[in-house]
Amino acid sequence: MTEVLPEALVRSLTPGVLGILVRRGADFAAAEDAVQDALVEALRVWPDDPPRDPKGWLVTVAWRRFLDATRAEAARRRREDVVEPAPADVPDQDDTLQLYFLCAHPSLSPSAAVALTLRAVGGLTTRQIAQAYLVPEATMAQRISRAKRVVGGVRFDQPGDVGTVLRVLYLVFNEGYSGDVDLAAEAIRLARRLVAVIDHPEVAGLLALMLLHHARRAARVTARGALVPLAQQDRGLWDVEAIAEGVEVLQRALSRDRLGEFQAQAAIAALHADALVAEETDWVQIVEWYDELVSLTDSPVVRLNRAVAVGEADGARAGLAALAGLDESLPRFAAVAAHLHEKGGEVEVAARLYAEAAVKATNLAEVDHLTRQAARLRAGGS
Amino acid sequence: MAKYLLLKHYRGAPAAVNDVPMDQWTPDEITAHIQYMRDFATRLEGTGEFVDGQALAPEGTFVRYDGEGRPPVTDGPFAETKDLIAGWMVIDVDSYERAVELAGELSAAPGKGGEPIHEWLELRPFYAELPTVTE
Repeated sequence: MTEVLPEALVRSLTPGVLGILVRRGADFAAAEDAVQDALVEALRVWPDDPPRDPKGWLVTVAWRRFLDATRAEAARRRREDVVEPAPADVPDQDDTLQLYFLCAHPSLSPSAAVALTLRAVGGLTTRQIAQAYLVPEATMAQRISRAKRVVGGVRFDQPGDVGTVLRVLYLVFNEGYSGDVDLAAEAIRLARRLVAVIDHPEVAGLLALMLLHHARRAARVTARGALVPLAQQDRGLWDVEAIAEGVEVLQRALSRDRLGEFQAQAAIAALHADALVAEETDWVQIVEWYDELVSLTDSPVVRLNRAVAVGEADGARAGLAALAGLDESLPRFAAVAAHLHEKGGEVEVAARLYAEAAVKATNLAEVDHLTRQAARLRAGGS
Repeated sequence: MAKYLLLKHYRGAPAAVNDVPMDQWTPDEITAHIQYMRDFATRLEGTGEFVDGQALAPEGTFVRYDGEGRPPVTDGPFAETKDLIAGWMVIDVDSYERAVELAGELSAAPGKGGEPIHEWLELRPFYAELPTVTE
């Protein structure tokens, strides 16, 4: 139906419609079937008789379809009609929010939560999600239907955990860009909508973080796909509007004085965005934010990134001292060590570590980048 | 969410526990083995973890460029080639631990006497996409 009904309209309406049906007590899979039926009906009726309130129309038709299907099912099982009367509608905001919670429910694996969120909240087709994650459509269809079964029995009697929703959106964002669907942009869209329905500084912090990183996208890789490190990026390619929005969203969140991990990460991204040239970067403040992050998360990955910042703020020796005691098997440990040793003038050690880091990297862009770093040092370049 | 390649070797992997060549099995044992592999793939489709699986014929050809305007040189198959791939399966899973668990299950496919082969499968991670947040 998305071929004929405007996709943007359908995608903006269906999660809310779905949320209302689930809120009224429909189980997730049945609710989605009913919404799909309603969309098919809309396709038939709307061209000649466009509704004044498309969403209200969809809710009415979808709910009727759900009741019909449930009654038929109940009759088939020779049971009494167990469908409860529809409770009064609650505000739409809550329905949307509950749908986020449901799709990120802790009983789901991360990949299931991501798939269900993109399907039910994002309104993407199964095919689009399959293409984005480079798996066959049949596999993605199974992943989504299993996820629906898992959350099928969940009832909204307890408030959801916004932290799980944020982790799912961050996963979507960080998957980056492959295929027709821009997952980073999709994650931003979903975070924006979440900000509109829940007042929580970490939600705003995540949105700010996404906007600030997304703003640098055009500068992060060359036309030939080579990775460009932050210090060497053409800052003229940064999206100033996205940066301005990210900073504004972050400032409002920070003013609430309820600091969290995403706000602290966004603050670091904002300090990078604030420097017109790499040399103007306020590394001392960045180290302070990393200290905050360490106290919030106690994550070894954060300590590793902190060592980079310390190296810039206080010199290579201080950076290497900050690195001491960290587990060498951490992802990117060798790459960070290589960078700090190069900064300290130990070219041969740095070249060896870059080559080692290339072997350990988990994506091809970083492999190529690190291999080029090793080659550059071994060729005597700078 | 990471993709892994499960590689099955004709040659090149350490010897399996139940290391009897397939041509010495009974027809029923062969049927049971093939059914196990099919069921495994079907089950992974059901869990949303299956990406691809293919089997390869044992005899291949080596090919190399031989200079401008000349046809490629072909050679082989070489009986002495140490590493010979028999087939692969690509899975998309939440963790390395899950990939190991699945490889272990696939390695339990029945062979001679209907007993698990305990075949060594090679597990290789795919390179991921470049993440959006790198610093």
